[in-house]
Amino acid sequence: MSAPFLHPFDITREEPLCAPLDYNLKSQLKDVDRCFKGEITAAARLTRDVKLFHVRLVAPEERQRFSFHPGQFVMVELPGFGEVPISICGAQQGFIELCIREAGNVTAMIHRAGIGAKVGIRGPFGTYFPMERMKGHRILLIAGGLGMAPLRAPIMHVTENRSDYGEVRLLYGSTEPGQLLFDYQYEQWRRVDGITISLIVDHPDAAWRGAVGTVTKLLEEITFPLDDSYAIVCGPPVMFKFVCSELSSMGMPRDRMFVSLERRMQCGMGKCCRCNVGSTYVCMDGPVFDFWTVMNLKEAI
Amino acid sequence: MLFRILDKQEFHSLVDLMLESTEVIGPKKIGGAVDGRPIHQYLPLFNFHELDLEYETTEIPAKSYFLPYLENLSTWRFTDDDWSQEIAYRLHPRVILGLHACDINALLKLDKVMTREFFPNPYYISRRKNSFIIGVDHHPCRGGFCRSLGTDTVERGFDLFLTDLGDRYFVAIDSERGFTMLHLVTVRQVTQRDTDDYLAARQEIASGFGPTLELKQLPRVLDLQFDSEVWRRWGAKCLSCGSCAAVCPTCYCYGVSESVAMDFTRGAKVKQLYSCNLPDFAQVAGGHDFRPERETRLRYRYYHQHRGFLEQYDEPKCVGCGRCGRSCLAGINPPEVIGDLLAAEESS
Repeated sequence: MSAPFLHPFDITREEPLCAPLDYNLKSQLKDVDRCFKGEITAAARLTRDVKLFHVRLVAPEERQRFSFHPGQFVMVELPGFGEVPISICGAQQGFIELCIREAGNVTAMIHRAGIGAKVGIRGPFGTYFPMERMKGHRILLIAGGLGMAPLRAPIMHVTENRSDYGEVRLLYGSTEPGQLLFDYQYEQWRRVDGITISLIVDHPDAAWRGAVGTVTKLLEEITFPLDDSYAIVCGPPVMFKFVCSELSSMGMPRDRMFVSLERRMQCGMGKCCRCNVGSTYVCMDGPVFDFWTVMNLKEAI
Repeated sequence: MLFRILDKQEFHSLVDLMLESTEVIGPKKIGGAVDGRPIHQYLPLFNFHELDLEYETTEIPAKSYFLPYLENLSTWRFTDDDWSQEIAYRLHPRVILGLHACDINALLKLDKVMTREFFPNPYYISRRKNSFIIGVDHHPCRGGFCRSLGTDTVERGFDLFLTDLGDRYFVAIDSERGFTMLHLVTVRQVTQRDTDDYLAARQEIASGFGPTLELKQLPRVLDLQFDSEVWRRWGAKCLSCGSCAAVCPTCYCYGVSESVAMDFTRGAKVKQLYSCNLPDFAQVAGGHDFRPERETRLRYRYYHQHRGFLEQYDEPKCVGCGRCGRSCLAGINPPEVIGDLLAAEESS
């Protein structure tokens, strides 16, 4: 029984809530916990603990509407198990590419899910690398370890719009040769897209003929001036801290280096606070930050 | 804002009218503490006499009626190799009666996070819009430091706000539905005498506050004293139990967990309010923890309350209700911690 003076306010009748869901269209009330249903169409093992998944959104109109910027992430939902934030490492021909390391309960379960399994996708969320602003400039792409996963989206963007950018250098460091991600694509990036690739590993095996050491060592090869270049640095915090201080000592302004922070988000929408660093939500103000902003965040790295 | 005068007898009729037709939640005495003080809680009322508007404060805020400790975000239905998702919002109207200014200010702060951000939260909005809020003026409570934060008065965020003038209430009306509801009983226009009495009552309340903390410099001090010894001292006391966040009227952080029914036909995605003082709050996959020590988590809590939130929403998150200090098992009290911090800054 409702009072004559208190009418139920039915939120589901709100106009925007009935509109189709688009996470990049913010500031609108909507079923924010509703996820797109996606089917795993391919699952390939890249290294010992990393798999690449192709997820195709089931509904054609959702597939059409889905767009993302390099650097953004999605929440991958495994109904009944949990939800994890995963950066998008590419999207093409109607499927999203996700590079997932087996690190916890949910990711272990995703690894067990085979082709044909249905997962939920919410997103994309977060800020992205300013590819527009980098047009016409030299770009340094620097990855360490699994940092290659978020870095692959800007690499793909560069290869798709190669003429927009100047010289592109990819520096990639890994613990061992077997841990190098996307090694089957290097040849194409090198020969077709004209990206200079330098690889380095910490622990070489017998077959390894490349450089040995950490990724900072590769910076010694850079001879061109850095004050007019941009850099995208992805990897563990300790790695990008060293790389970014090295880059700034080489003359690159700190607001031209972009890094991607990692936190355990539970909502992606600035509500759960789990990714909060001081005053900043990594899910909304990040995950992509310029290094100057990161330096000003307490406890960021 | 419009004002009316409501006789206490008429207020009684109004509450009876509300009780007849909708859920009414209000401060109710549920027991007594060891020192003899009554303990109150916001609970559903069944008759007018359960309502105790003279209460000093409650241990638990009214937050749980807007952000429940446990809330179902979605329900999953499983079929052979597929699933579907169901989402429902709470739509039943209800009256929340007797909130103090600090708690209404807390709702206003939550509104900023939940309704005006990029991703409005429909779960919260549907609860907020279906809650009819009646606030009430009161004398300063023990341990509260609302006046230092400017939350001892409230201008928005309620439907009706009552100030006790002895035999009658001075009512501030801040919504159309508040106006409509008030006119279901007999009200009268405000006379000069009512206004004088109201101002006198407000004056009397204001004079009851103790000394206030000077918090203007606090955000800067928090930055400067980030590595202060004050955090080690207070952090060593903290038990990481999370009580402070549970009783905080503005703490909104949460964790999500999912479960599957025994017969595998259904599952649920449930949100549970969390606390940044709990040990695994900032842990990420693989086990790395961004705030492993108690002191860094305690510091983060103060940092978010008085610095981080301010940067995002132009006001501190804290409303100075003092609940966290009263409920802390280790005796960590915000005015004392902040006082120590300000003192450390002055002596350095």
